Parts: sequence; C-alpha cells; structure tokens
Amino acid sequence: MIPAQFDYVRASSLEEATQALAADEDAKVIAGGQSLLPLLRLRLAYPSTLVDIGRLPELRGVQDRGDHVFIGALTTHDEVMRDPVLAAECPLVAMGAATVADPAVRHRGTFGGSLAHADPAGDLPAVILALDGVMVTTRREIPAAEFFVDYLESAMEPDEILTGVRIPKLGEGWGYHYEKFHRTAQAWAIVGVAAAVRRSDGAVAEARIGLTNMGPTPLRASATEAALAGAELGDAVRQACEQAAEGTSPPSDLHGQADYRRHLAQVLTRRAVLAAAGAH
Amino acid sequence: MTEELDAGMVAQRIAESDQVSEPSPNGEVGRRRRRKEDARLLTGRTQWTDNIQLPGMLYVQFLRSPMAHARITRVDVSAARELPGVVAAFSGQDLASEQGSLPCAWPVTEDIAIPEHPPMAVSEVRYVGEAVACVVATDRYRAADALEAIEVDYEPLPPVLDMNDALAEGAPKVHETGNKAYTWKFAQGDMEAALRDAPVRIDRTYIQQRLIPSAMEPRAVVATTDGETFTMWSATQIPHILRVMLALTTGIPEHKLRVIAPDVGGGFGSKLQVTAEEVVCLLLTKRLGKPVKWTESRSEGNLTVHHGRDQIQHITIAAESDGRIRGVRVELLVDMGAYLMLVTPGIPLLGAFMYNGIYKMDAYDFTCTGVFTTKMPTDAYRGAGRPEATYAIERAMDELAAELNMDPVEVRRRNWIKHEEFPYTTIAGLTYDSGNYEAATDKALALFGYDKLRAEQADRRDRRDPVQLGIGVSTYTEMCGLAPSRVLGSLSYGAGGWEHGSVRVLPTGKVEVVTGSSAHGQGHETAWSQLVADALGVPFEDVSVLHGDTAISHRGMDTYGSRSLVVGGMAVLSACEKVKEKARKIAAHTLECSPEDVEFSQGVFRVKGTGAQKTIQELALAAFAAHDLPEGMEPRLDADATLDPENFSFPHGTHLCAVEVDTETGHVKIRSYVAVDDVGRVVNPLIVEGQVHGGIAQGIAQALYEEAVYDAEGNLLTSTMADYLLPSAADLPDFVTDRTETPATSNPLGVKGVGEAGTIASTPAVVNAIVDALRPHGVHDIQMPCTPERIWRALRERAQA
Ligand SMILES: Cc1cc2nc3c(=O)[nH]c(=O)nc-3n(C[C@H](O)[C@H](O)[C@H](O)COP(=O)(O)OP(=O)(O)OC[C@H]3O[C@@H](n4cnc5c(N)ncnc54)[C@H](O)[C@@H]3O)c2cc1C
Repeated sequence: MIPAQFDYVRASSLEEATQALAADEDAKVIAGGQSLLPLLRLRLAYPSTLVDIGRLPELRGVQDRGDHVFIGALTTHDEVMRDPVLAAECPLVAMGAATVADPAVRHRGTFGGSLAHADPAGDLPAVILALDGVMVTTRREIPAAEFFVDYLESAMEPDEILTGVRIPKLGEGWGYHYEKFHRTAQAWAIVGVAAAVRRSDGAVAEARIGLTNMGPTPLRASATEAALAGAELGDAVRQACEQAAEGTSPPSDLHGQADYRRHLAQVLTRRAVLAAAGAH
Repeated sequence: MTEELDAGMVAQRIAESDQVSEPSPNGEVGRRRRRKEDARLLTGRTQWTDNIQLPGMLYVQFLRSPMAHARITRVDVSAARELPGVVAAFSGQDLASEQGSLPCAWPVTEDIAIPEHPPMAVSEVRYVGEAVACVVATDRYRAADALEAIEVDYEPLPPVLDMNDALAEGAPKVHETGNKAYTWKFAQGDMEAALRDAPVRIDRTYIQQRLIPSAMEPRAVVATTDGETFTMWSATQIPHILRVMLALTTGIPEHKLRVIAPDVGGGFGSKLQVTAEEVVCLLLTKRLGKPVKWTESRSEGNLTVHHGRDQIQHITIAAESDGRIRGVRVELLVDMGAYLMLVTPGIPLLGAFMYNGIYKMDAYDFTCTGVFTTKMPTDAYRGAGRPEATYAIERAMDELAAELNMDPVEVRRRNWIKHEEFPYTTIAGLTYDSGNYEAATDKALALFGYDKLRAEQADRRDRRDPVQLGIGVSTYTEMCGLAPSRVLGSLSYGAGGWEHGSVRVLPTGKVEVVTGSSAHGQGHETAWSQLVADALGVPFEDVSVLHGDTAISHRGMDTYGSRSLVVGGMAVLSACEKVKEKARKIAAHTLECSPEDVEFSQGVFRVKGTGAQKTIQELALAAFAAHDLPEGMEPRLDADATLDPENFSFPHGTHLCAVEVDTETGHVKIRSYVAVDDVGRVVNPLIVEGQVHGGIAQGIAQALYEEAVYDAEGNLLTSTMADYLLPSAADLPDFVTDRTETPATSNPLGVKGVGEAGTIASTPAVVNAIVDALRPHGVHDIQMPCTPERIWRALRERAQA
C-alpha cells in the first residue's frame, strides 16, 4: 500500500524534535520505522508530520553505569543482541532482542521504538517489565510497571520522547531465559515468556517472569512468581507454573485462541524457568 | 555468531558448486552449470515491469470492493477527478461498453455456467477486492489518495462462503444461474463390485485449504500506445496466450498488440492469467493516449492474485485384506471463487487422472463439482490439481496401512506398478511410459535410515516422551509436460499444448535461440544453452536465448505445468536437428561429396575416410556469404520447429519425512527430509535441485503454514504476510535430495518435468508424518495447515474422550 501524505522533519537535536512534536498535535516520532511504516503503508495511521530522531547519536549505545545498565533508545536490536555489557550484565535483554523478526528488521528497528510502540506482542516489553526497567524520557522517569498502559499505548505524552532505559543489575546467582513460541522464525510471538531466576540449593530462590502477548499489555506472572519462591526444581516448579496464566486476558486471533494461549503460558513458563535455572 | 566470509572462501565455494557431478565426456547436458541469468539478477541489472519508465507515464490505482457481495447502486468518481495530479477516474460503468468479459478458456462441460466477468464490476461485486473504479494520476501516491475521494454505495447481499452451504436448497446465489458451475465425471471399471466385494474400506474427507500464491515479484503492468499499435509489459508467465486473449477481449487487433514479459520474478501459476488490471491498463492507455503503469502492493496482491487449491475431497478406497486396492472413488467439491478465470474449472481435472497415483486397481470413479462462492477466484497454483490428488491418495494409503496394521511402505509396494510392467496404461486411461518405483523407494529408505527411525519412534512411544516421532511416506507420480494437444482438445481446453523453438546460427558462428516457453525464474537460458551447445557442438557461452516478447518470439505457449524442457526444450532440440541437416548439405556441397558421406561430431562436419572438414562456424559464414550454396538453398543457417508432445511426462519419486511433534504445545519440527525423485535424464543437476528444494518448501508450507482465511462476512483476514505465514530458510530443515534416472521414452533426451514434483510430493509426506506421530494418541487426521493449535486441540479432544 501507499502511505498518505505527511511532512517530514529530521531533528538535529532532542530540543528540535520536542518542538516539532509540540507544534503539531498529529506529529509522530519515527525511529527505525519498522512498526510505524507498516501502519502508514496500510493507511492505518495518518500522522501529519514525521519527526525523525534517527540521527541523534546521543540516543544510541549501551553504557555500564555501575548499579545499572543504560540502553539508549536508538540502539538497534542487532546492537543490543551483540553488546558485551548486556551479555555480561543483562543477558535476558539480548536474548529477547535476538528473537525479534529477522536480521533486516533487527538492523533498523530500535530498542526504544519497541517499547514506545507498546505492542504486547513485542518481545522486549515483557523482558523489560520482568527486569523492572525504568524508562527515561525527555520529561521524567517511568517504571516499566507504569509505562505500558494499554494495547499500543504507553504512559508517554505525544510530545514526549523516550531517550533510554535503565536496567538494574541483578547481581550474582541469576539465570535467564526468553522462551518465544511462534510458528515461523520471522513471526511474532503467539506467547513469549521472559524469566529471570535466582537459584540456591537446588531450588528457586526468587523468580521474575514477564509474559508476551497474554493481554493488552505485557504482564508479570505474579502468582507463579510467588509460588516459585523456594520451590524445588521438579514438581513444585511444575505446579507453580500452572498458575502462569492467572490474571491474564490473552487475545483470540488467527494465531491462537485465548485458551490455547493460557495453556501455552503454563508450559512455556515452566520451560523458561527451568532453562533459566539451568535445569535443562 | 555469523561466519566471516573471506574472498578465498567464497571463491572456493563457488568452485565447489560448479563441479561437474556427472561428467558426460563431450558435453554440457548433465553438467552442474551455474545459471547464466544469475549474475545479472543478483546484481540488480534487471528489468522488472515496475522498473520500466516511459516518458509521460501515468499511474493507475484501483478502488476495490470492501464487501463480499453487494449490489452497486452508485459510483461517483467526480470528486477524485478534481484532485491535484489526477488525470482521469473511471467506474466500471464508464468502461462497461468496451471492457468485455475476462476470458475462461476451459469450458470443461457442455452445460458449464460461465458468468460474465467484467474487469471492473458494473452492477454487482462478488468478492472483497474486486475492482469497482480506478484512478489515473501523475504519481502513484496521488492516485492512491484520490481513491479515498470516490464514493460508492453498496446494497449488501448475503455472502456465500461455504461450499456445502452454497449447494444447499435455497442458498443465496452468487450468480443468477446458481452456485454450481459444473459437474464433471469419469469412471472406469466396476466400482460397485469393488465396493461390494472388498472386505476393507477407507472413507476419508480431506480439506485442501485455500492458498495464496506469493511470488517474490508482485504483479505489475505497463501499457502504452503510439496511437496505432499497443505494447504491454506484464509480470506474466504467458505473454503469448495473453496477447491472443487480450486481442479477443478488447478488440485490439492481434497484429497491433505486442506483449512483453521482461524479467519476471516467479509465478507458480499465479501469473498464468488474464487479469482485470491488464485489460483495464490497455483500455486506459487507449483512452488517454499515454503510457500507464500499475503495480500491486503485497496486501492488494493477497486479495486479488488468483488463489489456489480449496477443495473438499471425499476419497474411498476399497481393498482386499492383504492391502491390494480394488477401487478408488473420489468426490470433489472445488471452490471456483466468484468467477471462472482463465483455466479455473480445469484445474481439478488436471488431478482427475492422478488419484489412482502409482497404483494398480480394477475400478476408479471420479466426480468433481465446481462451486461458486463470494471469494477471490481460484486457478492454477504450483502442481494445479495434482498436489490435491496426490495428497488425498497418499493420505488415504497411510490410513489403509494403519487399518491393516501394515507398514505404509509395504502397502504401497503391494499396489504399485512394477518396473517391468511399463509402459502401463492406468485405470484412469493414461499410459505411463516409464518408471521404477522400487528403485526410488529403496534409495530413499536407505538415505533416510528408515529402520533406525522406526526404532527410535518405538522407544519414544514406550517412554511416553512428550516429543513424539512420526514418519511420513509419499510415493508420487504426476503428469506434466502440458500437453498433447489432442488430449487438451478431448478435455475441452481452448488451445493446444505444442511449443515453438527456433535456432539461428549467426555469421560469426554464435547462436541465437528463440523459445516460446517464457521463463520466469526457472533458468531456461542456461538449460537451453546446454542443450544447444551439445546439439550443435558450439561453446555454451556462444549461445544466447531470447524469450518473453511476442515481437521476438512470435509463437509460443509459455511456461506452466512443468512443460518447458519436455516440450519447449525438445522443440529447440528439434530445430537444432534441422540446422544440422542444412549445415551438412552445405558442408557436402563445399567439400564436394554427398551429404551421406558427411559425419558430424562436436561442431565439425567431416568427410568419411578423408581429412576434409568444415566447422559449423565456417558453414554459418558460408551460408551468410551465400557465394556458393547448394542449388536452390536459401542463404541462412537457421530453422524453426513446433513440437506437439505425443504424451505427458511422468516423473515420480519417494519422499520421506520425519517430524518431532511436541505433544505439550503441538509444535512440529521437521527432523529430516529425504527426496528421491526420478525426473529422467537431467540437463542441469543444480537447476533440478533448486526446483526440488523450492518445491518441497512450498509443499511443506501448505502442510504447516499457509492458509487464506476469510471471516464470516467474506473479508480476507490473511491480507498481509504477518497473518499469511510463509516459511523461510530458517524454518526448513536441510533436505537430502537424490535421484534415480529412468529415462522418459516420449522424447529423444529422456527428460521429464521437475517444476512441480517437490510440491506435489511433500505435502502428504509431512502430514502423514504428523499423523503417524499422533496415532497412538488416537488422532487420525489433522486439517491443514497443521498448526500447533490444531494439533494441541486434537490431542486434548482425544484425551478428554
Ligand atoms: C516484519 C517485521 C517483524 C517483526 N517482528 C517482531 C517480533 O517478532 N518481535 C518484536 O518485538 N518486534 C517485531 N517487529 C517490530 C520491531 O521490533 C520494531 O523495530 C519495533 O517494534 C519498533 O522500533 P522502531 O525503531 O522501528 O520504531 P518505529 O517504527 O520508528 O516507531 C514505532 C512507534 O514508536 C514510537 N517511537 C519510536 N521511538 C520512539 C522514541 N524514542 N520515543 C518516543 N516514541 C518513539 C513511534 O512514534 C511509533 O509510534 C517486527 C517488525 C517487522 C517489520
């Protein structure tokens, strides 16, 4: 399809971008364009202006900041998945990014764009939610738990720009796994599970679990997290994971009905937890 | 980590892939040649239809119906006409007097209902996506914007989506004549007796889901006129047929119309069509006197490229308790969609003679009913009728094996035609000229490690492993090389199945070949060069192949039905023979002997017993100079041949697939895949492997991924590639491909078609494997595509039962 007409502003600074957004209430930020352009091409979105933040180098890159890692909004999925700091400190983020689409999309699509887009089927929102990341914008800091408001809706204002994400380091003893269930390698998750697990003495000491595509926003599997505290690897973990779909409202669509997604959430959570605990 | 590619490694890989696997001492045929076409294609020096730019070009966009079925009560394009950059806008009504009806060239029965099919709907729309108006503007963006200014009033009519509902008494009608297009029957042998006497009976219903052909290059059309003559570039498989059909439908005289298929990026049957967009673009250039271009978007393509498959298949096998088949009965309902397009009604008939497969039996009964629905019309898609047939019989053979507690390979062995029985006339009346099912199957079993996999399967079953192993068998044959003209005539097809080739040796000894078989990705230029190089004894590099332009290749029947090599290639070979005979006469004349005393070998004509000789290049120059030619000979070294095949070609093979089915999630992983195909003599193994790999991928895609889904209102839900799933290399296993070589006896080289074989064989192999994995759980079928959710539901239902 062919997009409708729009104006285009290539911002040379964050201030300029913010001004351009404030000047036109139907303006939209464009970063990698991998989610926005398909919407334009299908004429599902009609922004009057696109404010391109793609050439602001200060928004790109990963930094080790002691107790947390900062990921610039414009860092591409490909950069995230290969970054040595993330590999050492937050491997779950790299694991999630590695499952996004295909190499072409990963080279253009950005980390910040994935979060700002707030698609519950995206792989990174659940990861960041599980890790209690904090979104840093041009105006404020927003904890992940408050950032994802509804389907394709974040807590940001239209003229607010996400500059990066702070991810607290969890420290020693944690294992990670992102379990994505999809039909083809390029496809979106039918369900995905992001798990961070701290193990001690053959049991799960603590677990954080994010769910992809189990409702209008990414979700934490809170009941399972609670039940996993102290659970022995084996039947106790299995039982804890049977609660993974509690409190979720998964969609029914071409790729899966809600009951199937609930079932998958249980199986995949078990697999993700066991893999993160190194029990696979 | 991705592996770093250094130049040396790349060079080595290229050298390896260029190795001659089957050296034939003198020649090109059999050589693993990399394709001539590819350097150009891979480096972007291509001419796709959408690349063509003409001065003053205008751009066309179509407004398409959002309703599956409705009366059009008003179309107002006036506001669109006022917009900047818009040159013209037309409704279907505006073009009604000249647009005619899109052709159906295959009226399969005398009483078939062939409804009017205006390229743009005039009074009624019958599927979502049907064109109702068009805009012509100075660029495609303005044209697309202007579509939003067109007003159309629809009076909704009930959609007709399900074939069984469509045939029910009192169903809403797609066309005034009703929802049945035709019923076509074939019967041979005493089916009643077979059903009555046979102790075993397998009755099954299979659904061939609707598929959307997804060629890499979208459809595109450019049309232009100089006021008197017309030229159309189209991403089509059939420039020749298209030209005739456009002349017949638009009234533009055939000799004033040139059709060019430039580089065409795949078709799989979807570009074997005369489309609404082609006709309208021609009319627009005629009206406006300017060149026009239309290129579909991918989602527009999903809606409006003709779809494939879509059948409900009832199959019955009557068998003895030792597994021998007595008879097969088939009843098909085939979704035509809203209209009959170029060969829509004939597609299931290409399968009609194939449900008996490679097996012997006493009786065969086939009935097919074509049904109208308010969906995009269906038509040819890779394999066209034969994948459907192979699927039904190969699935049912596995059911027979399960019923008798026999190994699925054994049940096939008991029924297939033995190699010493060829040529064999089947119950469906075809004469299979050659084949060796034993050899192909034995080779496949060995490569697959069949016994070892069966042992692993038993072990997993015993352990109640959540991941179960399944093994699927598919032994297929197919009729291709479309087709003997007399057979097509007997099936009421509107044309013949011959092919044209011409060969001209230029004054410098280089060779130009013109073929009527218009390639769109198959590699004709390479394969034909190999054929001609051997036939005339000239270097491979000295041959160039021209095709795809009716002004250059004036006669042809184009490319589909795995016909190119067995019909088109053989026509070229036949022209080479004529050239050689002519050259022999010139040689004899120059060397002062009789033609019978001249021997030909590797491009040189020698007088027997003397050292006197002339090369073909010298003779080409002599023919050009024409100073001293035999009395009465025309001064040219070239020849034409139009070849009508005497029979179809019958490739066959055995495909084996092992899958791991995760019974917790329903996920299917293809663990290994072995294909042993017998496509007769092979001209270029690399091209053959490419065709087999692509074909298998496409067949696996039907088994596991692809499905066009319409909702209850008749909206296509799978209009983008996010929803219509196609596998990529990352989703497919390494295929083990190998061959047996039983030459065809119906052509001088012994070649058979290979373009569709992989697609035909692979779908049942995969589904048989999945069902094999699940049989101990009480599951006997999974509807295609076998999605994880369908598998999970089937398992859950059985567990609850
Ligand atoms: C074929 C395909 C397959 C895909 N598959 C997957 C998949 O499997 N998993 C997955 O997670 N994703 C997938 N994606 C989406 C991909 O991850 C996108 O890259 C990502 O969602 C958006 O990043 P972007 O930079 O391209 O954002 P854009 O498309 O440029 O923008 C997306 C939205 O975010 C807003 N935005 C972007 N950056 C900012 C910012 N810094 N501040 C404020 N707002 C901003 C834009 O205004 C827009 O609304 C797929 C995309 C494609 C095309």
